[in-house]
Amino acid sequence: MRRTCLNSVHQLARRDPRVVYVGSDPSPGTLDDMKAEIPDRFFIEGIAEAHVIGLAAGLAMEGFVPYVNTIATFLTRRCYDQIAVDLCMHNLRARLIGNGGGLVYAPLGPTHQAIEDIAIMRALPNMSVVVPADADEMRRLMDQTLDWPGPIYIRLAKGGDPIVSRETDGFEIGQAILLRDPEDVAIVACGVMVDRALAAADLLAEKGIGCGVVNMHTIKPLDVATLNLFADRVRLIVTLEEHTGVGGLAAAVLEALSDRVHVAMPPVLKLALPDRFVHTYGSQDGLLARFGLTPKSIAATIGRVLARDSKRVPQPAFA
Amino acid sequence: MPNLIHDPLTIPLDARSKALRRLIMDALLAAGRGHVGPAMSLVEILRVLYDDVLKVRPKEPDWPGRDRCILSKGHGCLALYAVLADKGFFPKRELQRFCADDGILGGHPERGLVPGVEASTGALGHGLSIGVGMALAARLRKRSNRVFVVLGDGELNEGSVWEAAMSAAKHGMSSLTAIVDHNRLQSYGPVTEVMPLTPLAEKFRSFGFEVEEVNGHDVDALRSAFGRLPVVEGQPSAIICNTVKGKGIPPAEHSVAWHHRARLNDEELGAIRAALGGK
Repeated sequence: MRRTCLNSVHQLARRDPRVVYVGSDPSPGTLDDMKAEIPDRFFIEGIAEAHVIGLAAGLAMEGFVPYVNTIATFLTRRCYDQIAVDLCMHNLRARLIGNGGGLVYAPLGPTHQAIEDIAIMRALPNMSVVVPADADEMRRLMDQTLDWPGPIYIRLAKGGDPIVSRETDGFEIGQAILLRDPEDVAIVACGVMVDRALAAADLLAEKGIGCGVVNMHTIKPLDVATLNLFADRVRLIVTLEEHTGVGGLAAAVLEALSDRVHVAMPPVLKLALPDRFVHTYGSQDGLLARFGLTPKSIAATIGRVLARDSKRVPQPAFA
Repeated sequence: MPNLIHDPLTIPLDARSKALRRLIMDALLAAGRGHVGPAMSLVEILRVLYDDVLKVRPKEPDWPGRDRCILSKGHGCLALYAVLADKGFFPKRELQRFCADDGILGGHPERGLVPGVEASTGALGHGLSIGVGMALAARLRKRSNRVFVVLGDGELNEGSVWEAAMSAAKHGMSSLTAIVDHNRLQSYGPVTEVMPLTPLAEKFRSFGFEVEEVNGHDVDALRSAFGRLPVVEGQPSAIICNTVKGKGIPPAEHSVAWHHRARLNDEELGAIRAALGGK
């Protein structure tokens, strides 16, 4: 997904002279082809995230479309003031590409795990937040980033993740994709959790539970219309994300549902990472398993909740 | 002979400098508040930039070929507003609505709201990076416009300024000039106590800038320094302007109490009027 994303920047730069790449201190060889072909629009600005964002803002104020790329935690935490003031307040066409969303950098510890990036990015006025499910979807997203008004935060997964998106579904920023029609349950997921949602839905189907899957790739602006299509028809809405339960996809969904003041809240099960820094290492898959986010655990938790009174939804038991 | 580079207090203000300060005071009194000291130390810097240096078109503030001037120390905006109004970017009557709920002139300047304001500032340490980005944009477009970023000395506490400085040097940005309003006082107290900057010129030099120091209230000296830019081709320039916080307002000069003020008493108003003339 990361390679697809960065190659897309190169392709976009070829066809549009406004496109500029700004990296901090990426891996050697990053976008070498672009550097060789379009060196004047390829910038490596060092380990200086605050400056990188300000520089991108200056370029964007002059009509360029900078694609800024570094590790997601540094891109979101270190330079928050610059993102808020320089990019969001000025509502500039800058694109922030965060490497290693969620627990991708599991072995590197909590400084590198972007577990609250969606929350802090979506809290900013004018910022859009997109979490593609796979490399194919990333390609479709990147084509739309050129002229989207205002800044976008794009969260990258590890790479080599299973392809679950379909060309025929198309892609529009801000428009959710119904991958399976909701019946008893609807899982609303983003990023690599879409694949897990589909696998969990298969397991639930074996038990006779009809489970829909919604690829909510855009967390902001949230596709409230699609949410409303099924929100009052299902017994349970499940939000599923590789992010803490604070301020991310679950919060976006719950806020949208609570905005319907005259409609009773449907039951919502929040499946997310716990609200704490992760001090164990291993792998992304290993940590997700620890936090009950394997397809099997997801299906089991949903099954348990459905078996109880769906009006009283317990929290999932994390390890 | 006093050393005029390091003794900006001794420079008398001419009629134009006093008139601009009266515009500032009018806005300040209309709003009942404002950053007095940080604006007064800036007046001559901005006056010379807009009178003699910047290629701008007040009636066409978005003219692509214009020089960009970013007031990175956004809290000094009253001086910028006065100069922009005086140059005709917007009517002087706007100054009477400083910080008013229906006005465009806020306590920090906003791009898009105020004609002539290049970047919304107020959070310190942002302007120089934006300026580097603008200078890169001009280079990419093969335009000859220049970029000036006006910083406060307290603002230089922000690490991001020095990140931007390294980048400006890396890119050999001779079209970029950092101008430091070195009034030696920040909000809490003297720069030497809050966070010493000495040796300031050497700091900029070691970051790849060519540096000149000038008396920031000496109009001729400022014209001369800004007229020699870039100091060295192929390098960004820094002009350190030695100034007096509150310059021209006797009770405010060198006073931390006048960093931000509201509700002036009759005695203070009398002193200001005596110093600045006018009504």
